[in-house]
Amino acid sequence: MTPKNFKRPDGRKLDEMRPFEAKVGIIPNADGSAMYKSGDTIAIAAVYGPKKMHPQHSQNPEKGTLRCTYNMNSFSVSERIKPGPSRRSTEISRITEWALEPVLMLDKFPNMVVDVHINIIQADAGTRCAGINAAAMALAHAGIPMKEMVSSISVGKLDKTIVVDLSKEEEDFEEGEGPTDIPISMTHSGNITHFQLDGKIDSKQLMEAIELAKKSCEEIYEVQKQALKNSINLNGGED
Amino acid sequence: MSETEHRRTVVIPGETIVEGDAYLPGEGTEKQGNKIVALRYGLSEESGKLVKVIPLSGVYQPRRGNIVIGKCSLITFNGWVIDIGVAENAFLPIMETPKFVAKDRLDEVMKIGDLAVVQIMGVNGRGIDVTIKSRGLGKIDEGFVFKINSNKVPRVIGKEGSMIKIIRDYTKCNITVGQNGFIWIKGDKIEDELFAKKAIEFITENSFIDGLTEKVEEWFKKNGGVKRE
Amino acid sequence: MGGEELEITPEVTAERIRKYLESAKRFDGRKPDEFREVIIEKGVSKKAEGSVRVKVGKTEVIVGVKMDVATPYPDSPDKGNLMVTAEFLPLSSSRIELGPPKFDSIEVGRVIDRIIRESKYIELEKLCIKEGEKVWTVFIDIYTINDDGNIVDAAGIGAVTALKLAKVPKYDEEKGRPIYGEYESSLPLRKMNPFTITVHKIGKNLIVDPTKEEEDVSETRITIGSSDGIIHSLQKGNSSSFTIEELEKCFEIVEKVWKELFKKVEAQLK
Repeated sequence: MTPKNFKRPDGRKLDEMRPFEAKVGIIPNADGSAMYKSGDTIAIAAVYGPKKMHPQHSQNPEKGTLRCTYNMNSFSVSERIKPGPSRRSTEISRITEWALEPVLMLDKFPNMVVDVHINIIQADAGTRCAGINAAAMALAHAGIPMKEMVSSISVGKLDKTIVVDLSKEEEDFEEGEGPTDIPISMTHSGNITHFQLDGKIDSKQLMEAIELAKKSCEEIYEVQKQALKNSINLNGGED
Repeated sequence: MSETEHRRTVVIPGETIVEGDAYLPGEGTEKQGNKIVALRYGLSEESGKLVKVIPLSGVYQPRRGNIVIGKCSLITFNGWVIDIGVAENAFLPIMETPKFVAKDRLDEVMKIGDLAVVQIMGVNGRGIDVTIKSRGLGKIDEGFVFKINSNKVPRVIGKEGSMIKIIRDYTKCNITVGQNGFIWIKGDKIEDELFAKKAIEFITENSFIDGLTEKVEEWFKKNGGVKRE
Repeated sequence: MGGEELEITPEVTAERIRKYLESAKRFDGRKPDEFREVIIEKGVSKKAEGSVRVKVGKTEVIVGVKMDVATPYPDSPDKGNLMVTAEFLPLSSSRIELGPPKFDSIEVGRVIDRIIRESKYIELEKLCIKEGEKVWTVFIDIYTINDDGNIVDAAGIGAVTALKLAKVPKYDEEKGRPIYGEYESSLPLRKMNPFTITVHKIGKNLIVDPTKEEEDVSETRITIGSSDGIIHSLQKGNSSSFTIEELEKCFEIVEKVWKELFKKVEAQLK
């Protein structure tokens, strides 16, 4: 099915993610905060809430509201991004809300809002996934009641080969069928809360890609878990 | 492992704490099949068969009987609206003051912007009802007020007030700890007040270690504290 | 969490801050003219021409320099352009939604722009590619990460140090565009350190580098951009007023603090 002797530009194996790391508690003012790094992509997230929702007419008397913002720093990319919201950042903000809401127990907070703010400090593809990974940790860190964690990764197809965690270079791949980019977010128990696709792929290979994403998300979950556990030192001192 | 043994580990949402039909799901957990699963980030604690998660973070949940510190945000015709740092405001009705107050003299008890120590009488659909009838409650006249993580309040107070007593003994300050995380310190000298604040910060930074009470006494002695007899 | 009104430093605490200051003391043990610990991390984003993370106590900002080619301004056809913006990110404070803050992102952007421009720190005349047609634009973008008071001076340190680390990209003559990732040389800078130092007035006391609590209590402030005793920009903000004697004291304080800040920053950049 998938050609196995495909060579990735940075020499990684097809199912090998870029080096990744996570840290929790990086913004003192926030109720919860985290950093997630994947290769050269760095995302930070801060959570404020639950708190009173303004304006009052936006309040939902049945359950709390999750509000996400996603923003890329002007100097996170080579070609400077003019500061301020864009259509892309607005779309990703919505997608992030949809990726995280299914695990949050918002019915405990009627009329309240939980604000999640994501900022991309350095971008090398996979920014929305890094943002979701950071946001999930930040929400847990803030003590928001959650059924489980959410992990996110971009899988893709380069010409005819399924790979995981596309770098920017790979996103610009031009040979054969070109690149297909598939960002996916899933809960630890395997439910998919976010799913996008750009490119060209048949359903059989798509299933292969999803399986690869599942495996990678399990690895990401371990790092998210460790980051949350490491931020508490049961022998004294704390982040 | 004995049944009454307490075990504490940091758990994250969705993590299985224990497996076994006999276990019961306490606060912050849920039973899924024969597993007790954490529904929030915190410290898991088992007492006997009951398994719960002690929160390390998260918003303060107002409870009847709690003493909290808030700010007067509005004066109505029959009472004061008090902001205690949660989504619902608290309300102090005119009947819940220790002495009679005339309807046109409400601002003598408390003005907008004043801080006060209040006690929660009830939490219901309409809001939070508070009182200042008992001793130690009422407007904060001087000193300073700062905030800590409300989840650390039990450690600052200590078992039956043992921790707060140590701080008072060594700093000679009056200290009121609100369950909502706001703390009021009032002493004769500002240095004493800041010493008490530093001690509280030490406690919040080391809230998980065993023998914290002894460590705090050591900290005081090391930092030049003199115990008031 | 919950009530944002309660976040603002209450009057009883403000009273204590003022009283303590009368004996020249501050809550965290600092002297009135003492800055908190400054930590600088170089190269926060590889994609920037130069970038830093600056921590002043718990306050944290990140500043990046980007460069691009553009047409020059008509009144300076042989000089590069400069543009400074600041964004107060909502992740840096719970108070962002609470309405007009004491120092907002537009003011910080303009204050930092002024000091960098008026001090002529960047040799803009060396950033001309083709007179009247093509010059380099230097963008300095400031982002707040954690606001515990004195964002403006942290931003000033960030701008100066990011510029020191910045390199000019190679220029592709054919395409008329920069080649990002390949660098020609360091950004041409004059030998100076134009930091901003803001002096706040609380009661009859003057302090520098306020924490958020102290900033809430500050009655008025003056931001002075200077380098080695020469003042290049100055801005008084907020209501209330300074007496002339107080202003003179401010100038003395700034001169003294600049020297210490210079030492702190130099040590961090080694």
